[in-house]
Amino acid sequence: MKVALFIPCYVDQFYPQVAIATLELLENLGIDVTYPSSQTCCGQPMANSGFEHLTGGCNSLFVKNFSGFDYIVAPSGSCVLHIREHLHDENEPELAKHIAATTYELTSFLTDILKVDVLKSSFPHKVGMHQSCHGQRGLKLSQMTELNAPDFSKPGQLLNLVKDIELVELDRKDECCGFGGTFCVAEETVSVKMGKDRVKDHAKHHVEYITGVDLSCLMHMEGILNRQQSPIKIIHIAEILNGVKA
Amino acid sequence: MKILDHAERADIFNEDEKRVDWHDETLWWIRQKRDKSAHQIPEWENLRNAASAIKSNTLSNLHDYLLEFEKNALKNGIIIHWAVDAKEHNEIVHRLLKEKGINKMVKSKSMLTEECHLNEYLEQNGIEVIDSDLGERIVQLAKEPPSHIVLPCIHKKKEEIGELFHEHLGTPKGNADPQTLTEAARVHLRDTFLTRRAALTGVNFAVAETGEIVICTNEGNADMGAHLADIHIACMGIEKIIPKREHLSVFLRLLARSATGQPITTYSSHFAKPRDGKELHIILVDNGRTRQLGREEFRNSLKCIRCGACMNTCPVYRRSGGHSYHNAISGPIGAILAPNLDMKQYADLPFASTLCGSCSNVCPVKIDIHDQLYKWRQVLVKEGYATTAKEIAMKTMATTLSSPTLYKIAGKAARTTLKYAPLIINNKFNAWYLQREMPKVPKSSFGEWYKINRKNNE
Repeated sequence: MKVALFIPCYVDQFYPQVAIATLELLENLGIDVTYPSSQTCCGQPMANSGFEHLTGGCNSLFVKNFSGFDYIVAPSGSCVLHIREHLHDENEPELAKHIAATTYELTSFLTDILKVDVLKSSFPHKVGMHQSCHGQRGLKLSQMTELNAPDFSKPGQLLNLVKDIELVELDRKDECCGFGGTFCVAEETVSVKMGKDRVKDHAKHHVEYITGVDLSCLMHMEGILNRQQSPIKIIHIAEILNGVKA
Repeated sequence: MKILDHAERADIFNEDEKRVDWHDETLWWIRQKRDKSAHQIPEWENLRNAASAIKSNTLSNLHDYLLEFEKNALKNGIIIHWAVDAKEHNEIVHRLLKEKGINKMVKSKSMLTEECHLNEYLEQNGIEVIDSDLGERIVQLAKEPPSHIVLPCIHKKKEEIGELFHEHLGTPKGNADPQTLTEAARVHLRDTFLTRRAALTGVNFAVAETGEIVICTNEGNADMGAHLADIHIACMGIEKIIPKREHLSVFLRLLARSATGQPITTYSSHFAKPRDGKELHIILVDNGRTRQLGREEFRNSLKCIRCGACMNTCPVYRRSGGHSYHNAISGPIGAILAPNLDMKQYADLPFASTLCGSCSNVCPVKIDIHDQLYKWRQVLVKEGYATTAKEIAMKTMATTLSSPTLYKIAGKAARTTLKYAPLIINNKFNAWYLQREMPKVPKSSFGEWYKINRKNNE
């Protein structure tokens, strides 16, 4: 199985340890992983701001970088959702479609394709799981509280394989953190208020770490936590699953 | 005068953080009531599918159903009026009242008349309108628009309502007891009902098959008004049609559960014909609805049954307040309906969302609200409603991200600046930094790390 690693731009620039954890995690599961070095961004920042018509360059580049693999895997729900829903290429329409359909968010790749049921990692900490909206409601990684449907969680299923981890139940299981792409600066007040409220829910349940599948949400909450000088840290789920010593 | 946009109004609402917390928790409580009630119905998701499908059929055949409704309503002795826009709607109401020499009217349960700004219009023409539903009456006394379509005064604390009632209805100063205030409103409105010769109501459902209208209320004011007046005027958007009476069995189960978590509203009143010697008028209003029907990507917004569930669940609405949407219909559904009415005035609304998708999940008729917000953003930018600064920023970003070389240079530059000259980034002009720290700068990007540590793969 040939897998390409798709690392979102802000993860590449600011959270390389998460990309490394993702790479190592997949390698340790015996996967042949390649990181196409000319990758940049999925184009979502422009598209969500109403400028989808400017994403042609990003789309062609994505198709060029990620063709020839069985799967494309990224430690992000949001960027994967954007690729799944919006990747298109006028010159290579079929190829783009194929790439979009074979692009996976990391945890669902582990549960649905690799069917991982054992992990060697241990994380003896109290952890709160942040459900990022694009991963949860967009890619349906976990059941949504609005729906009258059976409960499940792909990231939760994996975290339960980690030794000694203590997952807390939040008051609001799947409320948005307020990051929202350019929303986080265009609607700064509401964005920060949403983030503060999310962080408060985790703090109320005495977590040491907030984890999730999307670093964009975690980065936003980290910014608030650090400003509050809170001892709570953020950690991407790939780092926990890979067994990084905290 | 510059019209404040959503973000600016949200700033004002957030000046009192405790109040934001109270507003958020109040609406979240209603969302939880909705969940509890919806989750008790095993076939809930099927009901939503059925409702959505019935509305799809209705919208695809709207022309036929409207004519069928008109035919049957006329047969029942109802007088039908068609209004192309808000102006014509208001003129029809005014004419009907003028013909009867009526200068005072009681009103209940109508968001459409808010959309058409009927109260202001009638007041300018010397007609007094009293909103009879408690929440509507409260905002009317406060000279404010409703902030929520089901809970119009949800932004007001009971103490503020006590003050308003003290001022307008003479209740004791400092009394904020809900029982006392409700009783005072009741006494005051009782007189209104008994002396008004005209009553205006909204419509929840209009059944094409029977020519009847159905009005769902908890307070019963629509019934009280309509039964006591000589003339009952019911105003409805043309999308309120449902094909058959049996379809009510789907919609009535969804409406109140989605709105407040009640199994059903206290009253579901059917009005099929005028009482002897009285008149029943129905005004069918377009006001941009046919234009929206013609916009393929947005037509599903017309499925809305005005339950307000998307507002209660919206994490932005709960923290910005209904007035931040500066439109009769606020919240996520308002944000996809308003640009159809006026793109320029409401260009900010589709951006007042994180696209979290909770609205689409609670919607009883399964409107793809968050996808439509995304699509409106594309339309608004193409139509030229983005600021020049934003356009330049986006173009620069697109150019940088389309080139691996430029991306690497820009990434390194950003990291270097943040590391060695953080003040260039960490200042009050950076909206991120106002209340959030920037991420810590790593030694290298992942790309740089990979080049060194996975040489063989290069």
